[in-house]
Amino acid sequence: MNTASVSLGASVSSQSRFMQLALAALLGIFVMGFVGFSHIEAVHNAAHDYRHSMAFPCH
Amino acid sequence: MTLFRNVVFIAAIAGLVAGVVLACMQAYATVPLILKAEVYEQAGGGHQHGHAAAPAANATDTNAMSSAVPAPAEAAAPAEDEGWAPADGFERFAFNVVANVVTGIGFALILVAVSEFAGGIGNWRQGVFWGLAGFAVFTLAPGLGLPPELPAMPAADLAQRQIWWTATAVATAAGLGLLAFRKSLPLAILAVALIVAPHIVGAPQPDSFETPIPEGLHHQFVVAVTLTNLVFWLVLGAVVGVVRGRFTGTATSLRDSFA
Repeated sequence: MNTASVSLGASVSSQSRFMQLALAALLGIFVMGFVGFSHIEAVHNAAHDYRHSMAFPCH
Repeated sequence: MTLFRNVVFIAAIAGLVAGVVLACMQAYATVPLILKAEVYEQAGGGHQHGHAAAPAANATDTNAMSSAVPAPAEAAAPAEDEGWAPADGFERFAFNVVANVVTGIGFALILVAVSEFAGGIGNWRQGVFWGLAGFAVFTLAPGLGLPPELPAMPAADLAQRQIWWTATAVATAAGLGLLAFRKSLPLAILAVALIVAPHIVGAPQPDSFETPIPEGLHHQFVVAVTLTNLVFWLVLGAVVGVVRGRFTGTATSLRDSFA
Protein backbone atom coordinates (compact mmCIF):
# COMPACT_ATOMS: atom_id res chain seq x y z
CA MET A 1 0.00 0.00 0.00
CA ASN A 2 2.98 2.31 -0.24
CA THR A 3 3.08 2.48 -4.00
CA ALA A 4 2.44 5.28 -6.43
CA SER A 5 1.36 8.61 -5.07
CA VAL A 6 -0.26 9.93 -1.95
CA SER A 7 -2.04 13.00 -3.21
CA LEU A 8 -5.61 13.42 -4.28
CA GLY A 9 -5.86 13.73 -8.00
CA ALA A 10 -3.21 11.23 -8.90
CA SER A 11 -3.53 7.54 -9.56
CA VAL A 12 -2.47 4.87 -7.15
CA SER A 13 -1.58 1.41 -8.30
CA SER A 14 -4.55 -0.80 -8.91
CA GLN A 15 -3.49 -3.29 -6.27
CA SER A 16 -3.22 -0.61 -3.63
CA ARG A 17 -6.50 0.83 -4.82
CA PHE A 18 -8.21 -2.50 -4.41
CA MET A 19 -6.74 -3.02 -0.95
CA GLN A 20 -7.79 0.38 0.30
CA LEU A 21 -11.33 0.10 -1.02
CA ALA A 22 -11.67 -3.41 0.35
CA LEU A 23 -10.41 -2.18 3.71
CA ALA A 24 -12.99 0.63 3.72
CA ALA A 25 -15.79 -1.79 2.86
CA LEU A 26 -14.66 -4.20 5.59
CA LEU A 27 -14.61 -1.37 8.11
CA GLY A 28 -18.17 -0.49 7.10
CA ILE A 29 -19.32 -4.09 7.44
CA PHE A 30 -17.67 -4.32 10.85
CA VAL A 31 -19.30 -1.11 12.11
CA MET A 32 -22.71 -2.16 10.81
CA GLY A 33 -22.36 -5.65 12.19
CA PHE A 34 -21.38 -4.43 15.63
CA VAL A 35 -24.32 -2.06 16.01
CA GLY A 36 -26.92 -4.10 14.18
CA PHE A 37 -25.98 -7.73 14.77
CA SER A 38 -24.02 -7.88 18.01
CA HIS A 39 -25.42 -10.30 20.58
CA ILE A 40 -24.01 -8.26 23.47
CA GLU A 41 -27.01 -7.36 25.61
CA ALA A 42 -26.04 -3.73 26.30
CA VAL A 43 -25.36 -3.08 22.60
CA HIS A 44 -28.68 -4.66 21.71
CA ASN A 45 -30.57 -2.53 24.22
CA ALA A 46 -28.83 0.69 23.24
CA ALA A 47 -29.65 0.22 19.56
CA HIS A 48 -32.97 -1.56 20.17
CA ASP A 49 -35.26 0.96 18.45
CA TYR A 50 -32.77 1.30 15.63
CA ARG A 51 -32.65 -2.44 14.99
CA HIS A 52 -36.41 -2.65 14.84
CA SER A 53 -36.62 0.42 12.62
CA MET A 54 -34.07 -1.01 10.19
CA ALA A 55 -35.72 -4.42 10.12
CA PHE A 56 -32.52 -6.00 11.38
CA PRO A 57 -33.20 -9.39 12.94
CA CYS A 58 -33.86 -8.63 16.60
CA HIS A 59 -34.57 -10.52 19.83
CA MET B 1 -3.71 5.29 2.20
CA THR B 2 -5.02 8.52 0.68
CA LEU B 3 -7.83 6.73 -1.09
CA PHE B 4 -8.84 5.02 2.13
CA ARG B 5 -8.80 8.32 3.97
CA ASN B 6 -10.93 9.99 1.30
CA VAL B 7 -13.45 7.17 1.32
CA VAL B 8 -13.73 7.36 5.11
CA PHE B 9 -14.08 11.15 4.98
CA ILE B 10 -16.87 11.08 2.40
CA ALA B 11 -18.60 8.21 4.19
CA ALA B 12 -18.43 10.05 7.51
CA ILE B 13 -20.13 13.15 6.13
CA ALA B 14 -22.77 11.22 4.19
CA GLY B 15 -23.42 8.85 7.11
CA LEU B 16 -23.75 11.73 9.53
CA VAL B 17 -26.27 13.60 7.36
CA ALA B 18 -28.32 10.56 6.36
CA GLY B 19 -28.17 9.12 9.89
CA VAL B 20 -29.52 12.30 11.47
CA VAL B 21 -32.26 12.49 8.82
CA LEU B 22 -33.19 8.86 9.46
CA ALA B 23 -33.20 9.32 13.24
CA CYS B 24 -35.58 12.27 12.90
CA MET B 25 -37.87 10.29 10.61
CA GLN B 26 -37.79 7.35 13.02
CA ALA B 27 -38.71 9.60 15.94
CA TYR B 28 -41.98 10.40 14.18
CA ALA B 29 -42.69 7.33 12.08
CA THR B 30 -41.36 4.15 13.67
CA VAL B 31 -40.43 4.68 17.32
CA PRO B 32 -43.99 5.63 18.39
CA LEU B 33 -45.17 2.34 16.89
CA ILE B 34 -42.44 0.45 18.78
CA LEU B 35 -43.54 2.13 22.01
CA LYS B 36 -47.14 1.14 21.32
CA ALA B 37 -46.06 -2.43 20.70
CA GLU B 38 -44.12 -2.45 23.96
CA VAL B 39 -47.37 -1.78 25.82
CA TYR B 40 -48.75 -5.02 24.36
CA GLU B 41 -45.46 -6.73 25.05
CA GLN B 42 -45.44 -5.80 28.71
CA ALA B 43 -49.12 -6.64 29.07
CA GLY B 44 -48.14 -10.07 27.80
CA GLY B 45 -45.52 -10.60 30.49
CA GLY B 46 -42.42 -8.62 29.71
CA HIS B 47 -39.80 -8.51 27.02
CA GLN B 48 -39.76 -11.84 25.25
CA HIS B 49 -36.42 -12.81 23.90
CA GLY B 50 -37.55 -16.20 22.67
CA HIS B 51 -40.30 -17.21 20.32
CA ALA B 52 -41.24 -20.14 22.53
CA ALA B 53 -42.70 -17.84 25.14
CA ALA B 54 -44.91 -15.93 22.73
CA PRO B 55 -47.83 -18.32 22.20
CA ALA B 56 -48.03 -19.18 25.88
CA ALA B 57 -48.22 -15.57 26.94
CA ASN B 58 -50.69 -14.87 24.21
CA ALA B 59 -53.56 -16.64 25.88
CA THR B 60 -53.70 -14.12 28.68
CA ASP B 61 -53.08 -11.19 26.38
CA THR B 62 -56.50 -10.64 24.95
CA ASN B 63 -57.91 -9.53 28.25
CA ALA B 64 -54.98 -7.41 29.24
CA MET B 65 -55.00 -5.82 25.83
CA SER B 66 -58.59 -4.65 25.85
CA SER B 67 -57.97 -2.79 29.05
CA ALA B 68 -54.52 -1.77 27.71
CA VAL B 69 -53.14 -1.46 31.22
CA PRO B 70 -50.02 -3.54 31.79
CA ALA B 71 -49.70 -5.05 35.22
CA PRO B 72 -46.84 -3.10 36.80
CA ALA B 73 -45.47 -5.97 38.85
CA GLU B 74 -45.32 -8.23 35.83
CA ALA B 75 -43.74 -5.62 33.65
CA ALA B 76 -41.08 -4.58 36.12
CA ALA B 77 -39.72 -7.99 36.99
CA PRO B 78 -38.42 -9.18 33.59
CA ALA B 79 -36.77 -5.82 32.92
CA GLU B 80 -34.33 -6.54 35.74
CA ASP B 81 -32.48 -9.42 34.08
CA GLU B 82 -32.09 -7.79 30.70
CA GLY B 83 -29.04 -5.79 31.62
CA TRP B 84 -28.41 -2.15 31.01
CA ALA B 85 -30.76 -0.24 28.73
CA PRO B 86 -31.05 3.48 28.06
CA ALA B 87 -33.75 5.22 30.07
CA ASP B 88 -36.90 6.08 28.17
CA GLY B 89 -37.19 9.59 26.83
CA PHE B 90 -34.21 11.65 25.83
CA GLU B 91 -31.55 9.05 26.62
CA ARG B 92 -33.27 6.47 24.48
CA PHE B 93 -33.66 8.98 21.65
CA ALA B 94 -30.01 10.01 21.95
CA PHE B 95 -28.81 6.40 21.68
CA ASN B 96 -31.04 5.93 18.69
CA VAL B 97 -29.44 8.93 16.98
CA VAL B 98 -25.97 7.58 17.76
CA ALA B 99 -26.89 4.15 16.40
CA ASN B 100 -28.28 5.76 13.25
CA VAL B 101 -25.22 7.89 12.63
CA VAL B 102 -22.73 5.10 13.34
CA THR B 103 -24.46 2.59 11.07
CA GLY B 104 -25.12 5.35 8.55
CA ILE B 105 -21.35 5.76 8.31
CA GLY B 106 -21.01 1.98 8.09
CA PHE B 107 -23.49 1.78 5.20
CA ALA B 108 -21.82 4.78 3.57
CA LEU B 109 -18.39 3.12 3.78
CA ILE B 110 -19.77 0.07 1.99
CA LEU B 111 -21.60 2.21 -0.57
CA VAL B 112 -18.62 4.44 -1.35
CA ALA B 113 -16.11 1.58 -1.48
CA VAL B 114 -18.27 -0.58 -3.74
CA SER B 115 -19.21 2.30 -6.02
CA GLU B 116 -15.54 3.27 -6.42
CA PHE B 117 -14.92 -0.14 -7.98
CA ALA B 118 -17.54 0.78 -10.56
CA GLY B 119 -16.08 4.21 -11.26
CA GLY B 120 -17.52 6.15 -8.36
CA ILE B 121 -20.65 8.18 -7.73
CA GLY B 122 -20.19 11.27 -9.87
CA ASN B 123 -23.10 13.47 -8.81
CA TRP B 124 -26.22 13.47 -6.69
CA ARG B 125 -28.34 11.88 -9.40
CA GLN B 126 -26.03 8.90 -9.76
CA GLY B 127 -26.06 8.81 -5.99
CA VAL B 128 -29.83 8.46 -5.95
CA PHE B 129 -29.60 5.37 -8.12
CA TRP B 130 -26.83 3.87 -6.00
CA GLY B 131 -29.04 4.63 -3.03
CA LEU B 132 -31.91 2.77 -4.65
CA ALA B 133 -29.60 -0.23 -5.07
CA GLY B 134 -28.62 -0.01 -1.40
CA PHE B 135 -32.29 0.13 -0.45
CA ALA B 136 -33.01 -2.96 -2.51
CA VAL B 137 -30.05 -4.84 -1.04
CA PHE B 138 -30.39 -3.93 2.63
CA THR B 139 -34.11 -3.27 3.11
CA LEU B 140 -36.26 -4.63 0.31
CA ALA B 141 -34.74 -8.07 -0.25
CA PRO B 142 -34.23 -9.09 3.41
CA GLY B 143 -37.57 -7.48 4.27
CA LEU B 144 -39.45 -9.78 1.90
CA GLY B 145 -38.53 -12.85 3.89
CA LEU B 146 -38.15 -11.21 7.28
CA PRO B 147 -40.58 -8.29 7.41
CA PRO B 148 -39.79 -5.56 9.93
CA GLU B 149 -41.02 -6.83 13.26
CA LEU B 150 -42.29 -5.09 16.35
CA PRO B 151 -41.39 -6.11 19.90
CA ALA B 152 -43.45 -9.09 21.11
CA MET B 153 -43.73 -10.55 17.63
CA PRO B 154 -42.78 -14.19 17.25
CA ALA B 155 -39.61 -14.92 15.31
CA ALA B 156 -37.32 -17.81 14.55
CA ASP B 157 -33.87 -18.31 16.08
CA LEU B 158 -31.91 -15.04 16.03
CA ALA B 159 -28.64 -16.43 14.66
CA GLN B 160 -30.40 -18.23 11.80
CA ARG B 161 -32.30 -15.10 10.84
CA GLN B 162 -29.09 -13.06 10.91
CA ILE B 163 -27.42 -15.59 8.62
CA TRP B 164 -30.35 -15.55 6.19
CA TRP B 165 -30.48 -11.74 6.29
CA THR B 166 -26.77 -11.43 5.54
CA ALA B 167 -26.80 -14.07 2.81
CA THR B 168 -29.80 -12.43 1.15
CA ALA B 169 -28.14 -9.02 1.17
CA VAL B 170 -24.93 -10.45 -0.32
CA ALA B 171 -26.77 -12.44 -3.01
CA THR B 172 -28.97 -9.49 -3.96
CA ALA B 173 -25.96 -7.17 -4.15
CA ALA B 174 -24.10 -9.64 -6.35
CA GLY B 175 -27.17 -10.05 -8.55
CA LEU B 176 -27.73 -6.32 -8.98
CA GLY B 177 -24.02 -5.82 -9.67
CA LEU B 178 -24.05 -8.45 -12.41
CA LEU B 179 -27.21 -6.97 -13.96
CA ALA B 180 -25.83 -3.43 -13.94
CA PHE B 181 -22.20 -3.96 -14.94
CA ARG B 182 -22.05 -7.12 -17.05
CA LYS B 183 -23.51 -7.07 -20.52
CA SER B 184 -24.01 -10.76 -21.10
CA LEU B 185 -27.24 -12.72 -21.12
CA PRO B 186 -26.01 -15.78 -19.19
CA LEU B 187 -24.70 -13.52 -16.44
CA ALA B 188 -28.01 -11.66 -16.38
CA ILE B 189 -29.80 -14.97 -15.91
CA LEU B 190 -27.37 -15.87 -13.14
CA ALA B 191 -28.07 -12.48 -11.58
CA VAL B 192 -31.80 -13.09 -11.49
CA ALA B 193 -31.18 -16.53 -10.02
CA LEU B 194 -29.00 -14.99 -7.31
CA ILE B 195 -31.69 -12.48 -6.41
CA VAL B 196 -34.46 -15.09 -6.35
CA ALA B 197 -32.56 -17.94 -4.67
CA PRO B 198 -32.69 -16.73 -1.03
CA HIS B 199 -36.47 -16.52 -1.25
CA ILE B 200 -36.74 -20.04 -2.66
CA VAL B 201 -34.61 -21.25 0.24
CA GLY B 202 -36.89 -19.21 2.45
CA ALA B 203 -36.28 -17.20 5.58
CA PRO B 204 -36.36 -18.92 8.98
CA GLN B 205 -39.91 -18.62 10.25
CA PRO B 206 -41.29 -18.90 13.79
CA ASP B 207 -43.19 -22.00 14.90
CA SER B 208 -46.30 -19.92 15.49
CA PHE B 209 -47.35 -16.54 14.19
CA GLU B 210 -49.60 -15.80 17.13
CA THR B 211 -48.90 -12.39 18.61
CA PRO B 212 -50.63 -9.84 20.79
CA ILE B 213 -49.66 -7.16 18.27
CA PRO B 214 -52.66 -6.07 16.15
CA GLU B 215 -52.29 -6.70 12.43
CA GLY B 216 -52.97 -3.04 11.63
CA LEU B 217 -50.17 -1.81 13.88
CA HIS B 218 -47.68 -4.19 12.28
CA HIS B 219 -48.72 -3.24 8.77
CA GLN B 220 -48.30 0.44 9.63
CA PHE B 221 -44.84 -0.37 10.98
CA VAL B 222 -43.77 -2.25 7.84
CA VAL B 223 -44.80 0.70 5.67
CA ALA B 224 -43.05 3.19 7.98
CA VAL B 225 -39.81 1.19 8.10
CA THR B 226 -39.71 0.66 4.34
CA LEU B 227 -40.34 4.31 3.50
CA THR B 228 -37.94 5.75 6.10
CA ASN B 229 -35.26 3.41 4.82
CA LEU B 230 -35.95 4.42 1.23
CA VAL B 231 -35.47 8.09 2.10
CA PHE B 232 -32.36 7.24 4.13
CA TRP B 233 -30.73 5.47 1.19
CA LEU B 234 -31.67 8.18 -1.32
CA VAL B 235 -30.21 10.86 0.99
CA LEU B 236 -27.11 8.76 1.64
CA GLY B 237 -26.44 8.21 -2.05
CA ALA B 238 -27.15 11.82 -3.00
CA VAL B 239 -24.91 13.24 -0.27
CA VAL B 240 -22.09 10.89 -1.29
CA GLY B 241 -22.47 12.18 -4.84
CA VAL B 242 -22.37 15.83 -3.76
CA VAL B 243 -19.47 15.49 -1.32
CA ARG B 244 -17.44 13.39 -3.70
CA GLY B 245 -18.06 15.94 -6.45
CA ARG B 246 -16.67 18.68 -4.19
CA PHE B 247 -13.69 16.48 -3.41
CA THR B 248 -12.69 15.69 -6.93
CA GLY B 249 -13.40 19.25 -8.06
CA THR B 250 -12.97 19.84 -11.73
CA ALA B 251 -10.96 16.74 -12.42
CA THR B 252 -11.48 15.36 -15.88
CA SER B 253 -11.93 11.70 -15.20
CA LEU B 254 -13.53 10.73 -11.94
CA ARG B 255 -12.22 7.23 -12.11
CA ASP B 256 -8.62 8.40 -12.23
CA SER B 257 -8.93 11.52 -10.18
CA PHE B 258 -10.35 9.88 -7.14
CA ALA B 259 -7.14 8.52 -5.74
